[in-house]
Amino acid sequence: MTVTTPRPAQHRTHRKPDAADSPRGPLRWWVYALLLAVGAASIFPLYWSFVVASSDGADASGLPSLIPGPHLMENLARVVDTVDFWFAVQNSLIVASTVAVANVTLSTFAGFAFAHLRFPGRNTLFLVVLGTAMVPAQLGVVPLYLVVSDLGWYGRLEAVIVPALAGAFGVFWMRQACEQAVDPDLVDAARLDGCSVLRVIWHVVVPAVRPQALVLTMLTFLSAWNDFFWPLIVLDPVRSPTVQVVVSELASGYFTDYALMLTGATLGVLPVLVIFVLLARRIVTGIMHGAGQGVR
Amino acid sequence: MFVVFGLLPLLYTAWVSLHDWDLIDGPRAFTGVDNYAQLLSDWRFYNALGNTVSIFLLSTVVQLLAALGLAALLNRPLRASSWWRAGVLLPNVVSVVAVALVFGQLFGDTSGTVNAVLELIGLDPVDWHSDRWSAHLAVSVMVIWRWTGYNALLYLAAMQSIPQERYDAAALDGASRWQAFWLITVPGIRPTILFTVVISTIGGLQLFTEPQLFDPLGTSGTGGTDRQFQTLVMYLYERGFTEYDAGYAAAVAWAVVAISGIVVLVNFGLVRRMVARS
Repeated sequence: MTVTTPRPAQHRTHRKPDAADSPRGPLRWWVYALLLAVGAASIFPLYWSFVVASSDGADASGLPSLIPGPHLMENLARVVDTVDFWFAVQNSLIVASTVAVANVTLSTFAGFAFAHLRFPGRNTLFLVVLGTAMVPAQLGVVPLYLVVSDLGWYGRLEAVIVPALAGAFGVFWMRQACEQAVDPDLVDAARLDGCSVLRVIWHVVVPAVRPQALVLTMLTFLSAWNDFFWPLIVLDPVRSPTVQVVVSELASGYFTDYALMLTGATLGVLPVLVIFVLLARRIVTGIMHGAGQGVR
Repeated sequence: MFVVFGLLPLLYTAWVSLHDWDLIDGPRAFTGVDNYAQLLSDWRFYNALGNTVSIFLLSTVVQLLAALGLAALLNRPLRASSWWRAGVLLPNVVSVVAVALVFGQLFGDTSGTVNAVLELIGLDPVDWHSDRWSAHLAVSVMVIWRWTGYNALLYLAAMQSIPQERYDAAALDGASRWQAFWLITVPGIRPTILFTVVISTIGGLQLFTEPQLFDPLGTSGTGGTDRQFQTLVMYLYERGFTEYDAGYAAAVAWAVVAISGIVVLVNFGLVRRMVARS
């Protein structure tokens, strides 16, 4: 897909050697050595998780071998015996996909409105949206719990889906995407021709912001998949667990079984790794251009 | 949607915090500021506050300094630069639950890998869980591992927008690489540094999953037998969702909001002053 496409030229022009840099000479091996060390430190815990997951439960104490053992399948079977893992995977998929799709749709509408439509109170409203991002979500859990249980949603997936359907991050992200990628003249022309806002969004905005929308979809999917605090509070560990909840359940037994715990952890991380490997470059660019711009 | 799920909860939290309010049975009595008065004399609150601040300082200082160094490395002309960037971001996308469990194994007291390595090289094993400072260190390592790369990418983005001429001029004046870094690069990304300080503050004061799952015995939220690594949000969880005291948990929540607000305001003050200066 992107293999034959040349990288955007701006990366090259922005790129420059550090300052009073000695010419691009030999001495740079230590830069790579340091980066390799950082890279190894980034990957090691994941690799280690896999090593322990494939070891015999008894081996996992002390210093197990550095290479994976042959017990992964056994441990997997034990995970499935201990908790309802596949049910949790199904729940997590439902939650994360719904949240991701809803977020991208709503954020595209709101982002377009904030970037290209003029309406009274636009700036104030945008500040309110940003303000909600400054208020740590975890601190609203008490009233959120009371509302959710009044609605009879305790232990149901609605309880984790509905509050996450829209978020300030997505709106901020898509507003920026609309400002950068959508030509305002095209929007004006389309509106003069009598296009409704919906048609403008569908025919002008959506094609232009598709790459950013894809990254946002994946980022919201990941954060919904990884969420732990709120599902722990409001979901029932037996009737409606998500993956993170069952994985943490594996850790709460009386006896600490690392092979079991880390098999669950490894499995729960797999979809994350797949998404990350597929989209890593775009996520990196998105984070660098997205969050950085907010400050400058 | 934003009003419902963003602002309203805080007002509702304030309302709940003024009551003797049971999580299941609902409000029992309006008690005014009683919960807050109790909070001010609650040693467990101060304990959680101290732990949170300690872990926050340990992890933030190391994490941001390391990110600065890492960003400087990534800002050099590298082969396969996008792969290095992706590599350093990897820890940030991994589920916190998995991270906490892996590090829980690594820092295990009797069977952990870190202790096994320490013994191998002839050092004494460390009581990672029972000793307060060791536990803070272990939890901080998880936070540092997760966030250093992310912050490095933010710094890198800011570094790339510093005009090359400044570096050329410095080179003409005979500045060393080290001087150029401190006199040009760091001042050039100051707003981003303060931005990362703000988001690390908000995140650090809300730390929950890492210490919660670091506790090998269950999910009661006490953070070790002597509460040696219980953070503020863990205390909120313990009071609100294991003891069902919604009123008190709401008061804890507001205390955290207030503390975050103060720290963030101080940061904004710093931003304004630094922007004015440059």
